[in-house]
Amino acid sequence: MPKLTLSVNGQPRTIDCANATLLVEAIREHLGLTGTHVGCDSSQCGACTVHVDGRSVKSCTMLAVEAEGAAITTIEGLATGNDLHPMQAAFKEHHGLQCGFCTPGMVMSACDLAARNPAPSEGEVRHWLEGNLCRCTGYHNIVKAVRAGAGDMNGGK
Amino acid sequence: MKDFEFHRPASIKHAVALVAGTAGAKYLAGGQSLLPVMKLDLAEPTALVSLARLPGLADIRVDGGTVAIGALCTHDQVARSADVAKAIPALAELASHIGDAQVRNRGTLGGSVAHADPAADYPAAVLGLGATIVTDRGRHPADTYFKGLFETSLADGELVTAVHFPVPKRAAYAKFAHRASKYAVVGVFVAETAAGVRVAITGAGATVFRSAAMEAALTTSMTPGALDGITVPTDDLNADAEASAEYRAHLCVVMAKRAVAALR
Ligand SMILES: Cc1cc2nc3c(=O)[nH]c(=O)nc-3n(C[C@H](O)[C@H](O)[C@H](O)COP(=O)(O)OP(=O)(O)OC[C@H]3O[C@@H](n4cnc5c(N)ncnc54)[C@H](O)[C@@H]3O)c2cc1C
Ligand code: FES
Ligand code: FES
Repeated sequence: MPKLTLSVNGQPRTIDCANATLLVEAIREHLGLTGTHVGCDSSQCGACTVHVDGRSVKSCTMLAVEAEGAAITTIEGLATGNDLHPMQAAFKEHHGLQCGFCTPGMVMSACDLAARNPAPSEGEVRHWLEGNLCRCTGYHNIVKAVRAGAGDMNGGK
Repeated sequence: MKDFEFHRPASIKHAVALVAGTAGAKYLAGGQSLLPVMKLDLAEPTALVSLARLPGLADIRVDGGTVAIGALCTHDQVARSADVAKAIPALAELASHIGDAQVRNRGTLGGSVAHADPAADYPAAVLGLGATIVTDRGRHPADTYFKGLFETSLADGELVTAVHFPVPKRAAYAKFAHRASKYAVVGVFVAETAAGVRVAITGAGATVFRSAAMEAALTTSMTPGALDGITVPTDDLNADAEASAEYRAHLCVVMAKRAVAALR
């Protein structure tokens, strides 16, 4: 099987996997990082969102072999020890989650937005999160959390 | 998904030779149309030839009256390009409403134009502006490029390298989006160009098409009201769970009016 070298959460990793392996399968099954979720497996829900070279992508809609040489960040890569990443802390503080299934994807997506736009408006957050579905919260607290988290990431706290 | 060979050539020549020399091989750009189809086993390529390492295909150049966008430019790149926003704001705006952020981070102009999904957004701008599709072996004018459902004038293995969009006097795109995917239930691109008024409609039929009746009406008067009373024949329109053919015909006029009102 082809060998694939990439960086995952700052660590160099090598994976043996078939060409048809999806990035999300490599992350969950080969690397055991199960924080990245599979909600729909049909490119709609965004639960599988990770960063590839800093950009949010649906890892169920990218091949692992396409990530050769890339830097992947998953939800596990955000916190520093016991200290939550500001976006994770904002989700906790603003009740941006209920069952938590969509949360890893929401947080990864939100971090990509915050890196481009330090102070997104409510409308900008909602437009950006079109690709992340939540069956529980009704989105209001997610939007609040993302706006607060973006502010904190960009020096507000 | 069935397994396949995977190639990542570093030159256009090599990429074209790989696809020409391997039965069942396909190009892979952003994968946002191809991978979902492969996951459903609706496409089973024997080999994928990744375009990711091909040089020079991700540039945007504005030269006089033309915006040349490389086939590998992502939707996000076009949406955020200050050059595109200045020359053809309607095109940057269109790109910013394709799918969602993650899809825009991966999906490419070349992939969209090659795939020719009946509900895709870019085809409306390509036909509405009278753009030229540039490939490894020639040029295709928009007017004869879109042939039917997922069908174009590209030959087997022909590689799209860029699309050249002429800068219009004014243009706008209005889309009635599918609520989940954001694909166009109906999307209308209206442009005032050096060669006259052009109206291109996507999402409504098997492929994007122009409306001669709307173009004539808007040539007389470029106002939303000029489209009052125009009806779009339902015979060749799509009907699905999202919208009937009659509803799509109605939306064609409504979206065209909105585009006219938004021209800039
Ligand atoms: C959830 C979701 C929502 C979406 N919503 C929208 C939407 O609202 N509007 C919209 O327009 N699109 C939408 N799309 C589709 C998206 O825009 C795709 O990115 C695009 O249609 C195809 O581009 P790609 O780079 O991903 O191509 P790929 O999927 O890599 O390729 C598609 C096809 O084109 C061929 N191909 C790719 N590049 C070239 C080339 N340079 N030359 C020749 N052949 C080539 C491939 O072989 C393949 O057959 C959506 C997709 C998803 C997953
Ligand atoms: S699991 Fe990838 S988008 Fe739903
Ligand atoms: S919190 Fe349950 S799906 Fe979003």
